[in-house]
Formats: sequence, C-alpha cells, structure tokens
Amino acid sequence: MPRISQARDLETLQQHFVAKRERVKTTIVICGGTGCQASRSGSVIDAVRAALAREGLQQDVSVRVTGCHGFCEQGPIMVFEPGNLFYCHVTPADAQDIVSRTVKKGEVLDKFLYRDPVSGRTITKEADIPFYSAQGRQLLNFNKLVDACSIEDYIAIGGYRAVAKAIKEFKPEAIIAEVKASGLRGRGGAGFPTGRKWQEAHEAPGDEKYVICNADEGDPGAYMDRCLLEANPHQVLEGMMIGAYAVGANKGYIYVRREYPLAVKHARIAIQQAREYGLLGENILGSNFSFDVEIARGGGAFVCGESTALMTSIEGKVGEPRAKDVHTVKEGLWGRPTVLNNVETWANVPSIILNGAKWFASRGTDTSKGTKILALTGQVKNTGLVEVPMGTTLRAIVYDIGGGPKNGHSIKAVQTGGPSGGCLPERLFDLPVDFDALWEAGSMMGSGGLVVMDDKTCMVDVARYFLTFLLDESCGKCVPCREGIDRMLEIVTDIAEGRGRPEQLDLLQELAETVAEASLCGLGKSAPNPVLSTLRYFMDEYKAHVLERRCPAAVCKALIAYAIDPEKCTGCGVCLKACPHDSITGEKKKPHVINEALCQRCGICIGECKFDAITVR
Amino acid sequence: MAKINLDSILEGRRSQPHMLIEVLLDLQDQEGYLPEEALKTVSKELGVPLVDVYRVARFYKAFSLKPRGKNVITICTGTACHVRGSHLLVNQVRGQLNIEPGDTTPDGQFTVECVNCLGACALGPIVVHNGSYCDHMTPGKLRKKIDKAAGKKKEAQDA
Repeated sequence: MPRISQARDLETLQQHFVAKRERVKTTIVICGGTGCQASRSGSVIDAVRAALAREGLQQDVSVRVTGCHGFCEQGPIMVFEPGNLFYCHVTPADAQDIVSRTVKKGEVLDKFLYRDPVSGRTITKEADIPFYSAQGRQLLNFNKLVDACSIEDYIAIGGYRAVAKAIKEFKPEAIIAEVKASGLRGRGGAGFPTGRKWQEAHEAPGDEKYVICNADEGDPGAYMDRCLLEANPHQVLEGMMIGAYAVGANKGYIYVRREYPLAVKHARIAIQQAREYGLLGENILGSNFSFDVEIARGGGAFVCGESTALMTSIEGKVGEPRAKDVHTVKEGLWGRPTVLNNVETWANVPSIILNGAKWFASRGTDTSKGTKILALTGQVKNTGLVEVPMGTTLRAIVYDIGGGPKNGHSIKAVQTGGPSGGCLPERLFDLPVDFDALWEAGSMMGSGGLVVMDDKTCMVDVARYFLTFLLDESCGKCVPCREGIDRMLEIVTDIAEGRGRPEQLDLLQELAETVAEASLCGLGKSAPNPVLSTLRYFMDEYKAHVLERRCPAAVCKALIAYAIDPEKCTGCGVCLKACPHDSITGEKKKPHVINEALCQRCGICIGECKFDAITVR
Repeated sequence: MAKINLDSILEGRRSQPHMLIEVLLDLQDQEGYLPEEALKTVSKELGVPLVDVYRVARFYKAFSLKPRGKNVITICTGTACHVRGSHLLVNQVRGQLNIEPGDTTPDGQFTVECVNCLGACALGPIVVHNGSYCDHMTPGKLRKKIDKAAGKKKEAQDA
C-alpha cells in the first residue's frame, strides 16, 4: 500500500493512476446509486461483466460502477467513454447485445437511447440531453468519473490535491479568508456563511475541537446528501480535512442516516482507504496536522438535523436540541468548539481551495454563490438530482430541466425546503433559487428538495401531510412546538374532513405565527411554514373546503365520492376483486357499481381499473 | 429463541456510553428488534443506566422493542412518494392485512412500517420488502407482492 507522506508523493501517484486509466480503451460507466439499484442496476452490472468475459474483452474494456448520475427516473443508466453515448432503462438481458454490438462493433442501439418527452426525438449523447445540458454541474460531475470505493479513481481526477495545497501553502487563517471570500453558505438549509462559522470555531479557546459532517438528511423529498456521500465520499472527507486544518480540529464525525446503508458503507470504505494511504491519521502529508474521522449512524429522528440535537445524538443520548444561547462553534460536541456542516457544504470546499474563491463566486447571485444541488421530484417528467447555479429560476428548473408536467396535467405549485419550507404557486416560478429570494417568498431553500405538485395535489392535504410529519418528529421538549403543531393539525384535519369553520382560518394563521416565534429550535420555528405558505398562496383551496365542503383536487377523502362510469366499465371484475372493503358489486361483463356507504375512498380500484372507468368527484 | 450474540457487537465498545446508539443499531440489525435481556446486558457493559437505554430505544425510529414479522414491508411516505400516492399503498396493506402501520400480523408473517423518506424520491412511491427496493409501486403491485410472499411461505411449509 503506497503511503503518501508528502505532496510530491500524491503527484507521483496521480500520474501513475492516470496512466493506468489511459491504458483502458473503453469504459462502461454504470450507475450503482441507490436509485438505480432500486431499478436493479446490480444485476445489470453482473451481466455486463459476464458478457465482457465471454467476449474476452476484460482487458480492453473496464466497467466503472459509480454513484448517482442524477437522472434516477431513467435508471439503470449506462454511459460509454469515450464518446459519451448514453443508454437508459437497461436490463440484465440486454447486456450481451450491448457488449457484442455496441462495445465490439460500435453500433448505437436505438432502443436504449433516451427519448426526449418534449420533442419526442432520441438523443445519443448524455451531454445533449436537456436534463443535463440545462444544468451547471460542478459537484455532481465528479460522480461518474469515480468509483466510490476506489481512492485510486479519486486521486486520478486530482483528489486530495486541495488538502495538500492547503497544508503546504496556506495558514489556517488564510483558508478561512479564502472560504469567506468565496461566499460559500451552508447547504443544509439556513445558509449561514461557512467562513464565518469556521472563524468563530478557530477563535474559540480550547485544544480539542471537532468537525462534523451532517448526513442525516431527514427532509422527505431530498436526497442530494445521500448521493454525494454514496458517490464521492473522498471529496467529502477532503473537505472535512481542510476544515479541520483551518479550525484546528483533530477529530471528525460523519453523522449519517441508517436509512442510507450504501452511504454508510462507502463512507466507511473511504475512511479506511484514506487511513491506509496516510491521508488520515498522524502528521498528514508530513505536516504537524493530525486528523481522523469516525462514523456515527443516526437512529431516524428528524430533529437530529438540528445541530445541538445531532451532537447530543453522537454522544449516544436522546437527540433533543437545546437553546443556542451559547453557539456550538464555542460549545458543541462534548462541550467543545465544533464546526458542523452539511455534506454538500463540505464537498464544495476542495474546489474552492484548488480553483480559488473567485472561481467559486463567479457563479450564483449577489448573496448566494456557487451552485446548489436540488432533488427534483413529484409530478414532473424528468425527476432526479439537478445542480444549477444559484439564481436559476424555478421555471427553468421545473420546465427546462424537469420537462414540465406529466400526463397532461398542469403544474400548480412547487414545494421547496421540505417540512421547513413552503409551497410556491406557479405565478412565482420566475423567482430565482437563492437563499434570500425563497425566504422572502415565505419558503426556504432547506436542503434543496423541490417537490412539484400538479392539479391532483390538494394544498390542504399537503399542509396536513407536513403537520402530521412534524408532529411525529417533534421531540416534544418545548411546548409551542409540541402543542402548537398538534393544534394546527387539529384545525387542518377539521378543514380536510369537512368540519372547518371560517373563523378557524384566522386562528390557524395566528397559531402558526406563534409557533414560529416561540419554539426552541429550528424544527419548531420553521414547522408553520407549510401552513403559512399554503394559507398565503392557496387560500381559495382552504375556502373551497370550508365554505363549499369541496376538495378541488379531489383528494380529501371526506369530501369526495367514487363512482363507476357505466359507459367505460366492461365488467371485467378486477376492481371488485381488488376492493378490500367489498364495496363494489356487479355481474360479469355488466357495468359494476360502487356502494357509497361501504366505500372507504382508498383509491385502490382506480389503480386497478384498466379502462379508466372510476371517477372521483 | 436463538442465543443472542452480543459479544461481537460490544467488542471495542465496552464502558463507552457514547456508543449506545451504534450498539443498539447493530443489535437491531442482528435480531430485528431489541430484546429486553440484551438491553440489560448493553446497559451493564456500556455503563448506561437501563432507563436511559430505554429512553434512547424509544426515541429513535430505527428501534423496535417488539419482534417483527418474517416479511417487513416498509412504505416510504416522504413528500415525493406522498404526492405520487403512497397513502394508497398504506390503505392497501391496511385492507389486505388488517393491521396498522407499525404492527405485525398475529401469525408473525408481516410487519408493515412507514418511513419518512428513503432518499429514492425520483422513483416513488417506494416500498422496501425485506431490504430490497421496489420502485413505482401501485396498490395492485403491492397486493400481488404480499400475496406472493404469503403464498411462498405456504409452499415452503407444504414441502
């Protein structure tokens, strides 16, 4: 095992690994991220390797299993290098065909090409697919260049050069100045200036300091942190190393959700490899700097995204937050100065050191610099991970990158920032995505989840959804959060179930404002956002529920009724069999009927009916 | 009940109270839940009062104090899955298995759980069956999956 004991060793090693990669004629890059694994990329990888072996091509063709490419909806995804040929929806049965025709003969197989849902044309190269070409990828670009479990790959693309440069050329103060000048703000949600946080920790008295990487990512609908850590754990480690050197920490923790087993595994492998290469441990790169990292798995508690709760959790205790009268940069983990940054924040650091603050700050808006990774999900054609320069409009993201609405529906809103964020209506889609613009509009960047909602989504139901989530996740330590969320949920439930009274709308508003003001930690302070933003922008839907006892999107169970369209029903009996409540009756080949008294409006029959005969009103 | 092998889990972690969550996670992975006897041992070996062990076990969602079924069906109810109809999947299992999320069928065959996000949002709604991910689920697909899991069990017993 080569040990890197000085910057020059790293250069030699990089040259060696690059030469090794250049000897390979063709590389098949296959996505092995959680998304593609869910669509069985693991078997595709095995089948491709077996086919290469059958053709005797193992020497000339290498298979690189990488982390997420971001275009999860199209998985499993395959890219061929050189040439950038892009295949999607590949199955194990296709492997032989792909190897013998595409790899051996250079044939482009039409059936695996991506078909643009907007223009209907097939596209050959990854770079030409609008989903990719409309982005500005800075961090995610590395994903397909490296095998997450290979430190060789990371070193080959220039990995760990930033930390070598930092240690050799910079004093800690100079690194902090560089990060400050870059304008990097915390990607976890609140957007606190990273350089300032580092400086405060650097100045805090004490010999023992810590850096923590927050990979808890409890926001439903966001998964960029999982992808980065899964795909390129060395980059996150390198960022942490630079941060630790800057603030004077010798120990780091990666706090990662247990729901992300692949991220845990890859981070563990990366730490082990970095130790073996001497990049973690004593006297890193021949300097006086010593640093090591450990992994702490989360136990599944949303409130542990709150810094003080997260630190208590690393200490092995119940993850309750505390008031931040003393900041964690002064008294954090075990009462010592601690810098906590999110995965994406850490991953941005190496490039800033390597390319300079100016390079980083050249993209983005006045107050939000660089790019932001967003998880684009919901009712849009192209879902996946998107990385755009800050300031890109919601419209460009939803329509140009996301390809617009699915199945002929119309897009009504986009929910940003998870349970801490809010719903923004279509008329505000020209807002730039940056920390401050979203905040002013009553929403939040949060960790960057964008859930697109169409006319089938009920905004009262969305508010109810988030309140249910937050009630479940509130740690219960402070009264405003514990009681306030419960009472808000009570009111929203009344409205959704047809018992709403007009005066409750004012009460809901007042309650939400109080919870926001009086809660102890960020969970409670931001919990009312989904309510406040839907009240602000979708009052008409609330009013329809309260005044007309009607759910315009036909979602709220108490206010809708199911029926079978006798014109369309063929009497096939599928719905009858599927209905768990025995509410459907009818003879074979004759139109069936739903008994409204028995119907639980569970919606199962809709999913089962092949003739579109079930109507909801 | 098979003897619980706590030694390997506790190795290198004894007398380190901050390792409590890691130990419990490993125990949960091994046993499927947290058996009472094991918690007493953990309390003693790590030096954490039993009441605190229980507080932690109750606070974090990862832990179950009750044994779970042979088939664990986890339905993701994150926002992205919710807007794509994951609530219909919850309704489906409620109707089919007659249990609420978090519960196990009386015959010990199925446990149904909901989680708040699995981070595979682009492929929603997502259901995890004993650790393997199933994308773009519909109530119908889920019903067949449960039928198949129940049927397979029967065949194995018959054989």
